[in-house]
Amino acid sequence: MADVLHVSGLRAGYGPTVILEDIDLTLAPRRALAVLGRNGVGKTTLLATLMGHTTVHAGSIAMLGQRIETRPIYRRARTGIGYVPQGREIFPSLTVEENLLIAERGRGRWTIRAVYDLFPRLAERRNSFGNQLSGGEQQMLSIGRALMGNPTLLLLDEPLEGLAPVIVDGLLAAIRHLLGEGLTAILVEQSAKRALEMTHEAVVLNRGRIVWRGESAKLLANSDTLAALLTPERHASLAPS
Amino acid sequence: MHPHISTFYLASVRVRAAELLPWIVALAAFFLFPDFLSLGARILIYILLVLSLDLVIGYAGIVTLGHAAFFGIGAYTAGILSAHFGIKDPLLQLAAAGTVACLVGFGTGLYVLRTSGLTLIMLTLAISALCLEVANKATSWTGGADGLSGVTIAPILGYFRFDLWGKTAYLYSLAVLFVVWWLVRTLLNSPFGASLAGIRDNRTRMEGIGALVNRRLVQVYSISAGIAGLAGALLTQTNQFVGLNALGFELSGEILVMLVLGGVGRLYGAFIGTAAYLIAQDQLAKKFPEDWYLGVGILLVGVTMFARGGLLGALDSLTARLRRALKL
Repeated sequence: MADVLHVSGLRAGYGPTVILEDIDLTLAPRRALAVLGRNGVGKTTLLATLMGHTTVHAGSIAMLGQRIETRPIYRRARTGIGYVPQGREIFPSLTVEENLLIAERGRGRWTIRAVYDLFPRLAERRNSFGNQLSGGEQQMLSIGRALMGNPTLLLLDEPLEGLAPVIVDGLLAAIRHLLGEGLTAILVEQSAKRALEMTHEAVVLNRGRIVWRGESAKLLANSDTLAALLTPERHASLAPS
Repeated sequence: MHPHISTFYLASVRVRAAELLPWIVALAAFFLFPDFLSLGARILIYILLVLSLDLVIGYAGIVTLGHAAFFGIGAYTAGILSAHFGIKDPLLQLAAAGTVACLVGFGTGLYVLRTSGLTLIMLTLAISALCLEVANKATSWTGGADGLSGVTIAPILGYFRFDLWGKTAYLYSLAVLFVVWWLVRTLLNSPFGASLAGIRDNRTRMEGIGALVNRRLVQVYSISAGIAGLAGALLTQTNQFVGLNALGFELSGEILVMLVLGGVGRLYGAFIGTAAYLIAQDQLAKKFPEDWYLGVGILLVGVTMFARGGLLGALDSLTARLRRALKL
């Protein structure tokens, strides 16, 4: 079976400004990848590039064997990429249910009932408008909306950012459940430990380049390497593996 | 499992009592103000036109300054059918006017809706100017600057003749407005309407969930153009004349003012804004024939400064205040 995602020699950024350099990635079906790194190293740009929000200067992106790097955003979504953006970007003038139904695409595991089962809080607030939701509810809705497209690959950009601890626990359980079910996903997360615990593989970015790649469990077990990778002044001593 | 999942969108939401108010007022006006039925018919026709503008500006976020083009196309289609082809049946003219305007909306929409912001405004304005110039030059068809006369309209359904007092014109315009209002309301409360709201809220995110944003915009633009065309045909039928001003930039600006006055993206903003504008215009023009525009200007400045969301927005604030006061 073809890899869900195959990125090769990717060079991308915003307009003429290049952020990502020499990115090579491969993600097999039912695998989850953590993208780690300090602030401003290009994690969000990587997800945005996969979704089509940036300018690709070189390299290729293939999804299930099909080249997608020149496709517009809506066609990438229709190819099977579900995106949970950092800012959640809920439609404020639509209700929870409308936010979900508007994103319904394809037949598969994810129906509105399945999303309500995953996030019962959304079922309770189905008639509330997007701008009437708390941050946690918005995040549930953002994930639910991405799932409604029955994605082959789910991109999660800091889904736990800025949320109260009690909300984080609930969302973490839901994300663990999704990844446990075998959903292929890329997770960008500030808390390296949390991300590594949930994923199979990891890459660490620095200044737009991949400086480490390997098994999540391996990196989690090696706290010195992890600390070195995420501490700016110690980067120079670590060569990419 | 969740046994109850609310009905899809708002399509099934029953008509609220307040939504019947415009129709009750319109019917009451027919009996209470028999001397003002011509003005009444004009108000109803312009409500239809402003409603079509609200569909593109208020619901889809397409800013246009050339909407009068479709109104004029509808008006000239009905007029030309009658004056040059002898097709005098009003419903046939109405259908033809709506279709032609819709097709022109589709054709131009495919091109102009690829742009946004100032470029879009300028392109809509340019298309309107082109239509005006075509109508001005094609004198053998349109009558040019003198306007198209010789328009005669057969009785509606073979029975209801357009009378001098404007009774038929009023009720006919009211009936057409009612049907279109119902269709627009249903459309806005359907998944189509929800997708328009999504596009207006966040176009990029809509693309991110795989929505065909451009196709949706062209669809709504064409529908809106068709409705504007219907309004244009109604004006031709009630006046039995078409002038170049039906296509002009001034009309595009005027209907935008009516919409802002009533409240953008509110469905009923078109009703209240158009009625307020045209009644104010009528009364001010009688009392101050030279300076009536000043009065309209003051009204608009007042609403813009003190009533956010137009007259409907002001009504909302007032209701909220009353509710709070009653609770206290």
